Amino acid sequence: MEQTLRVKRYDPENPGDAGYQEYNVEVTDTTTILDALLTIREEMDGTLSMRCSCRASICGSCAMRVDGQAKLVCKTRLNSVAPDGETITIDPLGNMPVIKDLVVEFKSFWDKTRAVEPFLKPEGIVPEAEYIASDDDMVHLVGVVNCIQCGACVSDCTVLEVDDSFLGPAALAKAYRFVKDPRDGHQKDRLEDLNKPSGVWDCTRCMQCVEVCPKDVDPMGRIMVLRDMAMEAGFNNTSGSRHTESFAKSVKKNGRLDEMKLAVDSMGKFNFPALIAEAPVGLRAIRKGKFPWKAHKSSEPDKVKQVFEKIEGNK
Amino acid sequence: MYEHDVLIIGAGLAGLRASVEAARMGVDAAVITKVHPIRSHSNAAQGGINAPMTDRGDDWEGHALDTIKGSDYLADQDAVELMSREAGDAIIELEHMGVIFSRNEDGQLGTRRFGGQKVARTFYVGAITGSAMLQVLYEQAVKLDVNVYEEWFVSNLIIEDGVCHGVMAMDIHTGELHMIRAKAVIMATGGAGRVFEPSTNALICTGEGLGLAYRAGAPLMDMEMIQYHPTTLAGSGILLSEAARGEGAYLLNAEGERFMKTYAPDYLELASRDVVSRSEQTEINEGRGIDGNIHLDLRHLGRTFIEERLGYLQEVALEFAGIDLAEASIPIRPGMHYIMGGIKTDINGATEVPGLYAAGETANVSVHGGNRLGANSLLDTVVFGRRAAIAAAEYAKSAERHSSDESMLASEKERYQALLDRPADLRAAALRREMGESMVAGIGVFRDQKTIDAAIATVENLRSLYPRVAVDNKGKVFNTDIMAAIELDYMLDVAHTICAGANARKESRGAHYRTDMPDRDDENWLKHTLVYKDGEGSRVETLDVTITNWTPVERVY
Repeated sequence: MEQTLRVKRYDPENPGDAGYQEYNVEVTDTTTILDALLTIREEMDGTLSMRCSCRASICGSCAMRVDGQAKLVCKTRLNSVAPDGETITIDPLGNMPVIKDLVVEFKSFWDKTRAVEPFLKPEGIVPEAEYIASDDDMVHLVGVVNCIQCGACVSDCTVLEVDDSFLGPAALAKAYRFVKDPRDGHQKDRLEDLNKPSGVWDCTRCMQCVEVCPKDVDPMGRIMVLRDMAMEAGFNNTSGSRHTESFAKSVKKNGRLDEMKLAVDSMGKFNFPALIAEAPVGLRAIRKGKFPWKAHKSSEPDKVKQVFEKIEGNK
Repeated sequence: MYEHDVLIIGAGLAGLRASVEAARMGVDAAVITKVHPIRSHSNAAQGGINAPMTDRGDDWEGHALDTIKGSDYLADQDAVELMSREAGDAIIELEHMGVIFSRNEDGQLGTRRFGGQKVARTFYVGAITGSAMLQVLYEQAVKLDVNVYEEWFVSNLIIEDGVCHGVMAMDIHTGELHMIRAKAVIMATGGAGRVFEPSTNALICTGEGLGLAYRAGAPLMDMEMIQYHPTTLAGSGILLSEAARGEGAYLLNAEGERFMKTYAPDYLELASRDVVSRSEQTEINEGRGIDGNIHLDLRHLGRTFIEERLGYLQEVALEFAGIDLAEASIPIRPGMHYIMGGIKTDINGATEVPGLYAAGETANVSVHGGNRLGANSLLDTVVFGRRAAIAAAEYAKSAERHSSDESMLASEKERYQALLDRPADLRAAALRREMGESMVAGIGVFRDQKTIDAAIATVENLRSLYPRVAVDNKGKVFNTDIMAAIELDYMLDVAHTICAGANARKESRGAHYRTDMPDRDDENWLKHTLVYKDGEGSRVETLDVTITNWTPVERVY
């Protein structure tokens, strides 16, 4: 049967010609998107540029957007995205500049990985033989070492879309790998660094990275663990940490969220420049009648409190 | 102008291990690679890395003997001894660098058993050992701030008066060609799997390192020794690790029988790879296959075990074959996987071309001989990557900087320009496919004079057609079309040397099994084949195998 692929083209030497080009490719039930793109490149149009190598979802070269979502095209069969032979659209990854066609510039990706000091930093005397560690700890790390740095999560990260200073899901998952390594001697320094602006608190928990990761690395889940670990290590002086604590406190007390207090607590009660900077938001809220003058209360705040006590008691 | 003391071509395990050693020695070293280091094909190694660890009752002699027996006595025993002796330290070093090797109950490194070996001495990370090691060596290169020419394509060596002085390479991002001078060059370009079709190898495994060294005058040794891995997916040829059998999986024929008991009563599924592949092919040829395949059965290992210990295998089975390994057996067959042959080097990675070193799959030391044991390739990369770096750095200390002739770059530019100027004619991919299929047919699990002659004829014909290869892409930026055309030029050389080796070796040994000469002939062929470039053609010489402690005996598993 025949399948139509709409492929985004861009050639920096002829930028005016950028746009989608359609190719009709002969395919079967088992044809992957990469197979189809290779047929195009090798038999129809050698001008198409893309990265690809292993064909077995381990090298991380061939992440692209398929109908708007980042995927490894080598492990995606055509019929999984176009069961009735619908036309599919292939774009380069997002959040990274395009070099040519489906090839993007990974410089920022690698720079951010470098920023988390991505190498083991043991402390103390190096043993003559191996470090003793539990198999469970190592098996747990396999879950993150599975990351093949394909860039799918970075492509579809909604924070990076608006703030390119964010370290991003891939670099933070890499950081997690070292924070959680029992052989590393710098857990606290690492957490302190990750706690800074552009670090763990900049994630908005949209789940996109979890959704698109082809290796089930769960970057967002790792970021959440890093947040908890940072707070437990005593790094509480961030708006993210204060936000978390104020949120919990307010719900525990009132059974509902005290939005005004949450905003003030998150910025810091005495952080006057930040509070003043937020004033226009407050004024707009007043004008629209949405300013939370009084904290809302639940009708049965005690029941909510019981829930909290039960959970905290279980800890 | 770019200049270094040591330039390493390739950023897989051998190249990165070399770069780390060179950086530690404080020499001005750089790595040049056509893909980002993390994309190198070492990441596809799954099952593990062998090491005889004396502190847990193993000994280097045991590993050396298994390796030599596995090689069908074609390995040079001095090189094997060295690898076996250095293995333990290499593993501990990798662990200290950060590799998350699996542990035993005491928190020490744990092992699994691999083919062709009597004891469990394979250290591993699930079924992603290569990837986990590659990540760590890249991390170490980052830590040491190793200079990397990332996405640069080396298309020629700078050779003057028979001495290597650097490379000529295209920056893939700009399309510009540059000379990079170096006192010493280490070839660490991996294998040449794409010379065959199908192959387990990545699309980047085009073997130009072999072709470059060959044209520079270095002999390629034992090129006929092509490993067919016993468990590759039917169709795509994607690899399913030997770790499956190491952990207890069965091979079954159409009668549901564990047929390996007929061929290797002691080792069964864990005989060496050449033996298992031949057994499978025999079953298939004699009508006991299942749609031309054999089945690999893991069901008795249980879902939890499969998902925890062999997670990547399960992923491959699900995604590429639609089979849940905990529920069903999976069709597999022998598939081209590895080249034991390569650029002949001494135990320090030196080739016969001064200034040119080699390590890893592209080199032939020779530790694998006629058949490589599973999990010995990763060991080879780190042991000999390190040694090549030490030797190259020492050589560079005494070598003079050389002002190469700029006209060489001009003629390399002409080579590219000729491809760009040629009007549409033949496509490189079509020629490559024809070469690949004819190589599998001719230099397969079983071969004879007729199949070898047919492959030789096809490769010769394709060589004569090569001047008609043209490219669609006339642009500068990320022109993979022109890379593919130049890669094919070297692949045809590699194919030629493989055929020449196969044609020369008049016996059966290891992976080179000739149905017309089924016996091993130690009297005449305890020898390496060396293919040299000679004018427009080639010549084959032989060299005695180095035997130290282990007298060749019949190989039984």
